[in-house]
Amino acid sequence: MNGYWELFWVFAKIGVMTFGGGAAMLPMLQRELLDKRNWTTEEELMDYYAIGQCTPGVIAVNTATFIGRKRKGDLGGVVATAGIVFPSLVIILILAKIITNISDLAWVQNAFAGIRACVCVQIFNAVIKLAKKSIVDKRTAVIFTAVLLGSVFTDLSPVWFVLTSAVLGILLKQLEVRRA
Amino acid sequence: MIYLRLFWEYFKVGLFSVGGGMATIPFLYELADKTGWYTHAQLADMLAVSESTPGAIGVNMATYVGFTTAGLWGGLIATAGLVAPSIIVILLIARVLQQFRHNRRVEAAFYGLRPASTGLIAAAGVTVFTIALMNRDLYAKTKALSDLFNWKACVLAVFVLVFSNWVKPTKNWHPIAFIGISAVVGAVFRFAGA
Repeated sequence: MNGYWELFWVFAKIGVMTFGGGAAMLPMLQRELLDKRNWTTEEELMDYYAIGQCTPGVIAVNTATFIGRKRKGDLGGVVATAGIVFPSLVIILILAKIITNISDLAWVQNAFAGIRACVCVQIFNAVIKLAKKSIVDKRTAVIFTAVLLGSVFTDLSPVWFVLTSAVLGILLKQLEVRRA
Repeated sequence: MIYLRLFWEYFKVGLFSVGGGMATIPFLYELADKTGWYTHAQLADMLAVSESTPGAIGVNMATYVGFTTAGLWGGLIATAGLVAPSIIVILLIARVLQQFRHNRRVEAAFYGLRPASTGLIAAAGVTVFTIALMNRDLYAKTKALSDLFNWKACVLAVFVLVFSNWVKPTKNWHPIAFIGISAVVGAVFRFAGA
């Protein structure tokens, strides 16, 4: 029982601290799940993100389900997901009741301009951490650069990048074996 | 039965939107046209609120739209509908992954996937960069290079970068501390010019 509560609260905490969705959640995940608890590894986190990109649904939810299941089985997956959506439910339901449009308030707009500048740097920091683990040689550096450029300059769905790079990984490793 | 319908419609949104919260938005526009539960203008407002409150944007949107459509229970049920396909699909994939984790092919696939995953997150970062630190609309109007960047935001970003990486006690601070401080700085120095 204890383990489930902890799972719920850790993910509720991550949910409440994230502003701006998917990528902005990464620094929080790294801090709460890796630095503080050792519940996962940098590599696993990347795998979950990659899978989350090409499976249905919100990436934050997919990642929560993955880690919850790893800790406590199927029910753990459901509990972690409940945890990550819990703050959204509470906050939005309260807001929806009392204010129709907080985002019109000047101070809210200004504060969010500040938050966005901060989140931008935090995503950069998170990417640097991941890059150290994922870019291990010239070929992975090429894949990283190609996906980054492709994703910024085209409208292609992330699904294609994920699938292509998985196939590429298998082909490259096979070539390596054959050469050896 | 509005609740069943809400659950089913959101189940479909959750099932077909691949690539995260923002991917749900086109489906929500379609849902507005199909059901008349809310208008496009309402949806734009809901998106603004969802972006400026904590949590995953997709989940916030589902809760908000559900509430607008059918009250408190509507909010809960729409969210449950949205996450249900994710839970089912991920639990199935996790099971398969556990079995094949140490398969050579699977490891080779992840060798290619990890830099791609990092690249996609970096690309999301570039989008945030252009929104957070640049003023492209203003630049398009004035064509003055000094208007291309939101200088106040850039200065703050440099401070956050330095203090979160290299300055001793602060670099171990929780990311939320930097977010809180940045919100105050943004509000005090009128970052959005509002």
